[in-house]
Amino acid sequence: MPAKHVIETRELTKRFGTFTAVDHLTFSVSRGEIFGFLGANGAGKTTAMRMLTGLSRPTSGQGSVAGFDIHREAEQIKRRIGYMSQKFSLYEDLTVRENIQFYAGIYGLSWRAVRQRTRALIDELQMQDVARSLVGSLPLGWKQKLAFSTAIIHEPDIVFLDEPTGGVDPITRRQFWELIYAAAERGVTVFVTTHYMDEAEYCDRISMMVDGQIRAMGPPHDLKTQFDQDNMNGVFLKLARESERS
Amino acid sequence: MRSLFHIIQKEVWHILRDRRTLLILFGMPIMQILLFGFAITNEIKEADVAILDRAHDEHSHALTERLIASEYFIFAANIRSEQELENLFQQGDIKLGIIFPKDWFASAGLQIIADATDPNTATTLVNYTQAIVADYLRDQQTVTQVPPRQIHTELRMLYNQELASVFMFVPGVMTIILMLVSAMMTSIALTREKELGTMEVLLVSPLRPVFIILGKVAPYVILSMINTALILLLSVWVFAMPIRGSLLLLFGESLLFVLTALALGIFISTRTDSQQVAMLFSLMVLMLPTILLSGFIFPIESMPLPLQMISNIIPAKWFIIIIKDVMLKGVGMAYIWEETLIMAGMFLIFTLLSIRNFNIRLSS
Repeated sequence: MPAKHVIETRELTKRFGTFTAVDHLTFSVSRGEIFGFLGANGAGKTTAMRMLTGLSRPTSGQGSVAGFDIHREAEQIKRRIGYMSQKFSLYEDLTVRENIQFYAGIYGLSWRAVRQRTRALIDELQMQDVARSLVGSLPLGWKQKLAFSTAIIHEPDIVFLDEPTGGVDPITRRQFWELIYAAAERGVTVFVTTHYMDEAEYCDRISMMVDGQIRAMGPPHDLKTQFDQDNMNGVFLKLARESERS
Repeated sequence: MRSLFHIIQKEVWHILRDRRTLLILFGMPIMQILLFGFAITNEIKEADVAILDRAHDEHSHALTERLIASEYFIFAANIRSEQELENLFQQGDIKLGIIFPKDWFASAGLQIIADATDPNTATTLVNYTQAIVADYLRDQQTVTQVPPRQIHTELRMLYNQELASVFMFVPGVMTIILMLVSAMMTSIALTREKELGTMEVLLVSPLRPVFIILGKVAPYVILSMINTALILLLSVWVFAMPIRGSLLLLFGESLLFVLTALALGIFISTRTDSQQVAMLFSLMVLMLPTILLSGFIFPIESMPLPLQMISNIIPAKWFIIIIKDVMLKGVGMAYIWEETLIMAGMFLIFTLLSIRNFNIRLSS
């Protein structure tokens, strides 16, 4: 496998009984790319992501993440990826500092590194004043920012974002994407699932999943041309109409 | 190992921040021990009794005197008819009625009527009365004639001479508290992570799943052991309950019970994703049998056979036997190794089941 591909899958499949959630998925993502994983609810996005992050075992097919095999080298993969779930995955009854410290700590950093990164991140986020406040008391946008920052505090090669902007207003969403761009510029590969089609426009490249299969893949501009639509929503609707599941 | 520390530290933060739960965790054992020790007792004192005396002889008067003079009864009314007696029972004014027939002493016939809406109280009161009557008759016999042979029964209540009911409640309360802290609190703490979605983040991290669980339950082991010490201190200082056996053995056995309960709590959390289900499950499937079937309140010997068999699979039953043996009888490991082995077996089974469930979840 070429080294510039940080994620690569071949015929990756996941079946639950007779139901095929992810159907022979083949794609690759390059280093530093923002890769959008789009699809309706139930299209198989989350299942595909769970296989890549080691939360779920593939039924068949191959895959590698950060150069490691997803079947045999899950432990090495885990050290090199970050993950943010749609629920923000922060502890609301802990303070900002405690949350950062905890997430830095579980990646096996030394005591000194944990302290340093915690301080650095609080400064970077300009959260000095709220460092001792409970996360539950922060506004949504701040929580989201904090959740993303803790997901990449161990400087992973790839960060997986599972519908990170669910239930967030458009302005906050926009601010969040600036964080994603900043991370991508530092060389972090971003793998993001979403069902907001306006967000799809922000990605370098996207794939459209329907019924567990990738039906279209490419830069947003190319897809719009290919399907003869003004925006991604049009592309999505055109593809979604073919769906047998919904 | 460093990451294990971070998990423990985080769980301690959670626990310390939740003041209300903390207050319940430490307030409850204190309250329960004091409540069971002072307020709830199996002895009955000063029950109201009505007398229907048709004999009106010296014996009936003397016996009535003697009944009233005991601390168990209070004289409520002298009545004339059975109808009156029935009315008093219905109004709930009396717990016991005694009828002396006309020539009761000669024919040695005496009727005792008890309000059996509460069977335990009724039985106890009837026993008291019979004892007093028997006592009286014996005295009369020695006055009038020398009996051919008299049997003196000498009673000794082993291990608990005053028959203090707190001696029975302390092991029970300890069991319930440890079960609650260990099984319920951990199953809630674990399902909370799932509900919040943070469990996924932990599983994606390089943390080994076994560390996640170990780190999360470790603080509850410490809490449980503090509670054990607290309950023991209270029962020794306030109720003068003896600890005749080895204190180390007692704590060791408590630790084993705590670990068994923890394994149960972990098992529950592998079966459910929501805190509420975990809590209900802990209450219904763990707490109720622990209270009802462990022999804490109702003696296992008097249960119907199916329930007796079920009681065998309740860890609390074996733990209560162990605590009583160690505290009151002062026995060593040689006498309780079977119970210990059963608990250890249960711990092993629940741990294996949890690991299996956890792996099944991960592979789906």
